[in-house]
Amino acid sequence: MVLLALIAIPALGAAVAYVLSAPRRSTLLIVIAAVHVALVARLWIVPGEQALTGWLADDPLGRVILTLVSVLFLAVAQYAIEYVRVGDPPGGRAFVTCMLGFLAAATLVALSHHFALLWIGLESTTLAVAPLIYQRHDRRSLEAVWKYLVLSSVAIAFALLGVFLLATAQPSGSTGGRPLVIDDMTLRATALDPAWLRAAFVFTLIGFGTKMGLAPMHSWKPDTYGEAPCLVGGLMSGALTSCAFLGLARVASICFAAGQADFIRPALIGFGIFSLVIATAFIIGQGDIKRLLAYSSVEHMGLLVLGLGLGGTGAYGAVLHALNNGLAKAMIFLAVGNVVLVTGTSASDEIRGLLRRMPASGILLVVGLFAVTGSPPFGMFISEFTIIGAAIGEHHPWIAAAVVGLLAIIFVGIAQMILEMVYAPPVQEVERSEERGRLVIAPAALAVVVLLLGIYLPRPLTDALSSAAIELGGRAP
Amino acid sequence: MTSFAELALFLVVLSDFAVLATSRLSACIRAIAFQGILLGALPLLIHLDISGHLVVLAVGTAVIKAGVLPWFLRWAIREAAVRREVEPLIGYMASVILGAAALAIAFAVANALPLRMVGTDLLVPVALVTVMIGLVVLITRSKAVTQVVGYLMLENGIFLFGLTQSERVPFLVEIGVLLDVFVGVFIMGIVVFHINREFDSISAARLTELHD
Repeated sequence: MVLLALIAIPALGAAVAYVLSAPRRSTLLIVIAAVHVALVARLWIVPGEQALTGWLADDPLGRVILTLVSVLFLAVAQYAIEYVRVGDPPGGRAFVTCMLGFLAAATLVALSHHFALLWIGLESTTLAVAPLIYQRHDRRSLEAVWKYLVLSSVAIAFALLGVFLLATAQPSGSTGGRPLVIDDMTLRATALDPAWLRAAFVFTLIGFGTKMGLAPMHSWKPDTYGEAPCLVGGLMSGALTSCAFLGLARVASICFAAGQADFIRPALIGFGIFSLVIATAFIIGQGDIKRLLAYSSVEHMGLLVLGLGLGGTGAYGAVLHALNNGLAKAMIFLAVGNVVLVTGTSASDEIRGLLRRMPASGILLVVGLFAVTGSPPFGMFISEFTIIGAAIGEHHPWIAAAVVGLLAIIFVGIAQMILEMVYAPPVQEVERSEERGRLVIAPAALAVVVLLLGIYLPRPLTDALSSAAIELGGRAP
Repeated sequence: MTSFAELALFLVVLSDFAVLATSRLSACIRAIAFQGILLGALPLLIHLDISGHLVVLAVGTAVIKAGVLPWFLRWAIREAAVRREVEPLIGYMASVILGAAALAIAFAVANALPLRMVGTDLLVPVALVTVMIGLVVLITRSKAVTQVVGYLMLENGIFLFGLTQSERVPFLVEIGVLLDVFVGVFIMGIVVFHINREFDSISAARLTELHD
């Protein structure tokens, strides 16, 4: 029941929100976000629920991603209420509907134990965020939404072909288990046809990899994040890409169980390294803070598949990194959102002296800088460290060295831009702007969570991460 | 029934080429609508035991792919007052030749695949060629509407491939996929409409402001 409620409540809310008046829409958004968090918390207390004959199930890997989506959504919802009031987006009515629709779709992805259902959820997330990207209703956002729609629709179509290929790989009758049900496929993985399974992996890697924004399929990302409102950028880079990673991880777990590790690991590692290289190349000399964050997202998606591909403790690091990256990305996107709201631009050389102009958001931006670049004591330091450690542990010292080098360059690139924005003196004297407390709460709260994840990981979380890592062909550290 | 199914699959390939060869957008949309009808009929022609589930799927596919979506795309080009594709990336003759090459590749690949066939041997090659021609249209045409038609062809090809597994993919899922495609094309159509209003043209080639 809880699982169905987790999907049905936001889905119904999305429909209801469309007919409500503006203040009630906002109340509905925050209430549903809070209820969602409460229901997810219940899953941590009473784990292992199932619904729809096992098509929906709560397992450690899905629960970690679901928790990320839920917490992140609550923060973004709180922010969005004030944003809608201040920014007055033209499509106000559809705005809340699309956000809630996204929550329902992302929840479906996290809970699906049926590949086709997972696909439906992932496709729905694309459709739900598309109107949010086009929220400014101008030429640039139009171009961004068109590129995003075409590229991710084609990608997700390939993923659907991958899902059909997975079904083809399953022998018919009782030897194969129920078609496309993840638990049955894992249990009877040795009966899967290896050739079809490999083909399925290739297509799902392209499909879900594009949705994650792995290089070289990342071209939609800077345009989309650059043009979408910052809170939408936060939702996408934090929650949507993590859901796509979950889809890829689910397919990978089947491949690991079927003994195809040698086939998929090099592909995952290759995409991971390539994404890091591309991200590094475009972060250096980037002139737009939102596009910079998009390339930072390409970097972290690269780290996720790298961890998954390395195996060992890398899988543990990857799942933890998905959690840390999602929260940190949303946090910094919301902080940037405050800056863009006041300055009206995201071009970094037009933004100066934030510390004087808007101290709270300026400080949050600096905190965000350290959080997204994986500096201690933030959570991402631990997960990046785990992934790099796995590279050494799995006898890939050169990969470890390369990753450390690239991460260092990326740190310099991001730090240079953000520190100039915050500390450099303004070109002409500007007055200190009024900062709205309500727009600071959400990024500050997320910053605290990311910090706590770097200091202390609660026992239930490490247990969940460990069993997720084993499921993904790795082990707990 | 197999011969009817093969005839329908043959007509699917014909409609693929019709889209490739024509510059008139209304003809493209007519071809894709015709393909939608064939796609609705195919589940009934391939499977001998016709169940209620199959009939609902067939009717749903036909209504959405041959009725609603083509009507919507026609609305979009009428509002935009565009008739013809302008300057495709590669010429019509060249794209037809490319299509023929895709057809040859599709048959070669399908022969090599160790697939348990349902109903007819033609299903898999036709699915593959429809996917490939859909991609060609998507990449080489510059009008946003034609790109949507290409996307629909790509989806149709995958739908055809899905028919090989149709007794294993449950009804709920098929309807969900159909609905997602419907909403996807609907949103694309709205974007096409806005592109027209902003740029006085629905040429996606004009969308070049964003870059590093």
